[in-house]
Amino acid sequence: MMGHRARRAAVAITSIATVTALALSGCTPSGNSGGGTTGPITDEQREEALNTPTELTFWTWVPDIQDQVDLFEKKYPAIKVKVENVGQGLDHYTKVRTAIQAGSGAPDVIQLEYQYISSFSVSGDLLDLAPYGAADLEDQYVPWVWNQVVDGDKVYSIPQDSGPMGNLYREDILTAAGVTEPPATWEDYRTAAEAVRANTSSYISNIASNQAGQWLGLFWQAGAKPFGFDGDKGVTIDVNSAEAKKVVSYWQDMIQNDLVSVDPDFNDDWYQGLNQGKYAGWLTAAWAPVFLSGAAGDTSGLWRAAPLPQWKAGDNVSGNWGGSSDAVLSGTKNPIAAYELAKWINNDKEPALQFATQQFLFPTATAVLEDPAFTGQEPEFYGGQKVNELFAGISDTVDTEFQWLPFMDFAYSSFTDTFGAAVAAKGDLSAGLDEWQKALTDYATQQGFTVK
Amino acid sequence: MSNQIQRKQYLAAYGFVVPFFIVFIAMLVVPLIFSGYLSFFVDRIIGGVSFVGFENYIRAFTDPAFLAGLGRTALILVIQVPIMLALALAFALALDSGRVRGSNILRLLIFVPYAVPGVVATLMWGYLYGGEFGLIAQMARGLGLPAPDLLSNETILFSIMNIVTWAFVGYNMVIIYSALKSIPAELYEAAEIDGASQWRVAWSVKIPAVRPAIMLTVIFSVIGSFQIFNEPSLLQPLAPTAINQSYTPNFYAYNLAFVNQDVNYAAAIAFLLGFIIMIVSYVVQLSTQRKERTA
Repeated sequence: MMGHRARRAAVAITSIATVTALALSGCTPSGNSGGGTTGPITDEQREEALNTPTELTFWTWVPDIQDQVDLFEKKYPAIKVKVENVGQGLDHYTKVRTAIQAGSGAPDVIQLEYQYISSFSVSGDLLDLAPYGAADLEDQYVPWVWNQVVDGDKVYSIPQDSGPMGNLYREDILTAAGVTEPPATWEDYRTAAEAVRANTSSYISNIASNQAGQWLGLFWQAGAKPFGFDGDKGVTIDVNSAEAKKVVSYWQDMIQNDLVSVDPDFNDDWYQGLNQGKYAGWLTAAWAPVFLSGAAGDTSGLWRAAPLPQWKAGDNVSGNWGGSSDAVLSGTKNPIAAYELAKWINNDKEPALQFATQQFLFPTATAVLEDPAFTGQEPEFYGGQKVNELFAGISDTVDTEFQWLPFMDFAYSSFTDTFGAAVAAKGDLSAGLDEWQKALTDYATQQGFTVK
Repeated sequence: MSNQIQRKQYLAAYGFVVPFFIVFIAMLVVPLIFSGYLSFFVDRIIGGVSFVGFENYIRAFTDPAFLAGLGRTALILVIQVPIMLALALAFALALDSGRVRGSNILRLLIFVPYAVPGVVATLMWGYLYGGEFGLIAQMARGLGLPAPDLLSNETILFSIMNIVTWAFVGYNMVIIYSALKSIPAELYEAAEIDGASQWRVAWSVKIPAVRPAIMLTVIFSVIGSFQIFNEPSLLQPLAPTAINQSYTPNFYAYNLAFVNQDVNYAAAIAFLLGFIIMIVSYVVQLSTQRKERTA
């Protein structure tokens, strides 16, 4: 979630412009000549680095992150940090890659979503933080989150926020439809969806045709392991596994019977749909409660939160959608200071709690997840329900072994062209999944990976 | 003596064009050559860079995504371009006939969309097209009609054609109109003496006289059609599944380079597109020249 020329010119001009842009982005081989170390960093080295006047550049889109950076600069006055927002999501990654390839102008620390970590580590662009002390942080984080940032004994990033999935729903619409309890199982969810369609003008929710993150979160919950990467040349691609097919056949039935809408999300129409009650719910992530209260302000007080419906009654499993971390690029000239910045703002209690209570990022550190200042909040948008406490509970139920492909930019865009197109057309989802599998396998083979 | 002056003048002339040539070579020729060079390589995530000769070009010719994109732009060429140019010619003739009141204001109004930046225009139309809460959908509902889905797989190409027509009809009209203004008055007098009607004058005097201007607009439109980029790029958030990564060749080249990280293949696609545009433009020009000769 956290996450594009003159027409009438002479024949050549625009073609040349395209070509120029390409040439500018592709000209120099990526240089990984900067920092990097073999042995663990000693306290003396750390002390020295943190007291040497240093300037760091930090590319991030997180709103008001300057607050945390200010705290860091107060703690380590020798270090000056330049915070730059170069875009969010794909725009951000494109610029980071271009800067890395250009060999100059790349930042020291970047915002990095979990699913993109291996896409950057595969080309050697991320600094292994383990020798800098990151290996010792493991027990301070929720296990599934920690697994997202490590590869064997290498640590590539410091977790910031996450998005364990739950169900946000309009209590008023569900009540009007005669549904008094949030659906506990997916079977209940279908029954409730029928009641909502029959008795109100709403859909129980919208499952976005373009939102790979949401679909993958639901696959994650069902125990699917669509991706794998061995850190070297081997990738596992299994997006059309039995578990994933179970999930899509459920939604095939929901879509075919017009029980859910399949509108693209995060555009004007979709925002209107949330505000005007077209959607009576949203199967979404832990970052969504706060996002929604901004995006659908007119509906304050009407929403409630619940865990995701379960495949087996009595189970308590969820998946994740979104969240991000801070990583250090291997080209940095100041690896120790850069690591300390990435670590300190996310790991020290004061800035980390501030992320959770002021920027409303959903925390990943167990200490923050248990802090009453966080769990005790009773937002009015949800009728005073302790939403944070609920999602903190859900965070423990996320499967810990989910992995990604080292080329998620392509994986997401081809998702939209294949499976997403099938959802939008209300067509054969299972065939769409097979098509995605083929697109991914072809790309991986062409890029020199061994597909298992 | 005069030889010396001539030489000085030549030198001064070269002096004036040198700055242009420096920029032209540094910003266009060199990158062009470099891109051509890039298109003969392949850079894999695993395995790195290797020379592959024409493999990227062969791949493009067998790439259904590229061919489908090319097909879409060809469809725009044969459907949208004739409609737009017919409208532009009709507007120009109407304004030139002098029978339209307030023709200056009208001319301006038709031209204004061209002054709206393509990005702004697409965003604006995107808002109008919105299926649930867009203006067109709301008006249709207000009239008790079903709201048309202008962003679906089937309709999106026509929605794009509409934006392009809206934006460029005025531009083409101005070119034709200014050509109409330069027709010598004697021709009209002669036609009048022969007793030709306004329709006859338009058909037998005006249109033949502005044929070179019309040809210019045709060539520009051919090029423009193959170059479409803004429209799919900006409408994609609204219709993410209807507009795929390879919707038009230009959009495909962009996505290949910046999403798929396949700069080499993108360079090959961009080169190929350039050649296709040159060939199509040349064929159009050649076919009209022959017509002129036979006429």
